[in-house]
Amino acid sequence: MEEKELLPHLFRTEYQKMVSVLCYTFGIEHIEVAQDIVSDTFLSATEVWSIKGIPENPPAWLYTVAKNKTKNYLKRDSLFEKKISEEIRYTTLASEQIEIDMSQKNIADSQLAMIFTVCDPSISNESQIALALNLLCGFGIQEIADAFLTNKEVVYKRINRAKEKLKEAKIKIEQPSKLAINMRLETVLTTLYLLFSEGYYSISQNTVLRKDLCAEAMRLNYLLVENEDTNQPQVNALLALMCFHASRFEARTDDNGELVLYEDQDESRWDRKLMERGEYFLNEAASGDKLTKFHLEAGIAYWHTHKEDTPEKWENILDLYNHLLILEYSPIAALNRTFALAKTNGKEQAILEAEKLNLTTNLFYHSLLGNLYSDLDDKKALAHFEMAIVLAHSSSDKSLILKNIKRLKKEG
Amino acid sequence: MNEFLLVFRRDYQTREDQPSPDQMQEHFKNWKNWFGSIAAQDKLARPLQRWDGEGKVVNHDKTILNGPYAEIKESIGGLIVIKAANYEEAAEIAKSCPILELGGNVEIRMAL
Repeated sequence: MEEKELLPHLFRTEYQKMVSVLCYTFGIEHIEVAQDIVSDTFLSATEVWSIKGIPENPPAWLYTVAKNKTKNYLKRDSLFEKKISEEIRYTTLASEQIEIDMSQKNIADSQLAMIFTVCDPSISNESQIALALNLLCGFGIQEIADAFLTNKEVVYKRINRAKEKLKEAKIKIEQPSKLAINMRLETVLTTLYLLFSEGYYSISQNTVLRKDLCAEAMRLNYLLVENEDTNQPQVNALLALMCFHASRFEARTDDNGELVLYEDQDESRWDRKLMERGEYFLNEAASGDKLTKFHLEAGIAYWHTHKEDTPEKWENILDLYNHLLILEYSPIAALNRTFALAKTNGKEQAILEAEKLNLTTNLFYHSLLGNLYSDLDDKKALAHFEMAIVLAHSSSDKSLILKNIKRLKKEG
Repeated sequence: MNEFLLVFRRDYQTREDQPSPDQMQEHFKNWKNWFGSIAAQDKLARPLQRWDGEGKVVNHDKTILNGPYAEIKESIGGLIVIKAANYEEAAEIAKSCPILELGGNVEIRMAL
């Protein structure tokens, strides 16, 4: 890899590792110090490597420099020395010299501790995601702003407020106990799920960025799978779900960046390897006696990796949606269930069920009914699509609905 | 919105009135879809609960009988609590309850 590509790559992979280890060592009070030291390390790398060339082992070089910078910082900053090094000494049992442990094991432990810190229930979901992207994924403020379609200012404030809250609440960055894992794992998984969805369903046109978000969510989820205590069935289920969805990433947008509907996707562009990974994690998830929404959603996503319409496929999807709704209602699940019902029991019955849903202000309610009425009652279908257009915000939603309207008008 | 208890009863005893395994399979599917339909309307007020089929009955003379059967042949197959505006709406939902396919009935009671 050339230096030009190497540094951004290392930034993505190593930034968060070093920040995690330093935060884990310093505690929540000094997140900014940790981030500054690591940023400074990368700055040094840019300078030194352009003169002396790329070192033999770039990550090791970064770790060593970060360690030295930390030591210098501690020596220089007497206040920090007084306040923090005592704490550190206390935790590392009074070693004279502060050791920054950059071993694989400590990196993994630190990252796990940081995931649980960032997903603390004291901060909102939005802030959790922004903070996760910043601290755990090495995303810059601008990138996060792009992903959320907002400006730097908002993200900056959001992240700082979240950090302040964590500090105020004196959240400890520590290895979560088994009890803490059991109590908080669901929150952590929800944050990862939202992070993934942010990338997968984002209306941002930046495909590269969106793919990065999904990849980061999967990487963090994978960290949980690799840890013995967090390697639980629902964690595997969520990872399976992400793999199945991600397998269609390439096929679901066309060359113009417009959304391609599932039925119209080119199956050959689906990523087989990811589908297989998904199946592996779904099997891993099939233990224990807890059936979570992640299991059910992973099951639904699994059946969607079979392109062909078979009665078996849709019976299973319908059944999984029934379960999912009984477990936890959501409008989108209710609409998707009705779509599956149309596949198993016919459009007429699905229309009756759809009209009971009482979601008349929902864009997808109208596009579903538009689809169900198409060929049965084109007039009604058109009326629903026209309602959908009014409710649509994003240009990709609008253009999809317009396609349907055009098709109906051509046939009618 | 009010909450309504729906109690499903049918005759589980009379041999000739019991469904065949094939019918039973179809019947189960209808139950799942009926529950799914209520949940999709966000009208499920409580999580679903499964009930054991064995049961016992305590009579007025304090004798205890095995089985869920009192003097009548019908017994409770299950119950759910739903959200509905009034008895009319609750009855409308109960009309598509699969217990009716097997000659059963649904008793509806509003929660106070």
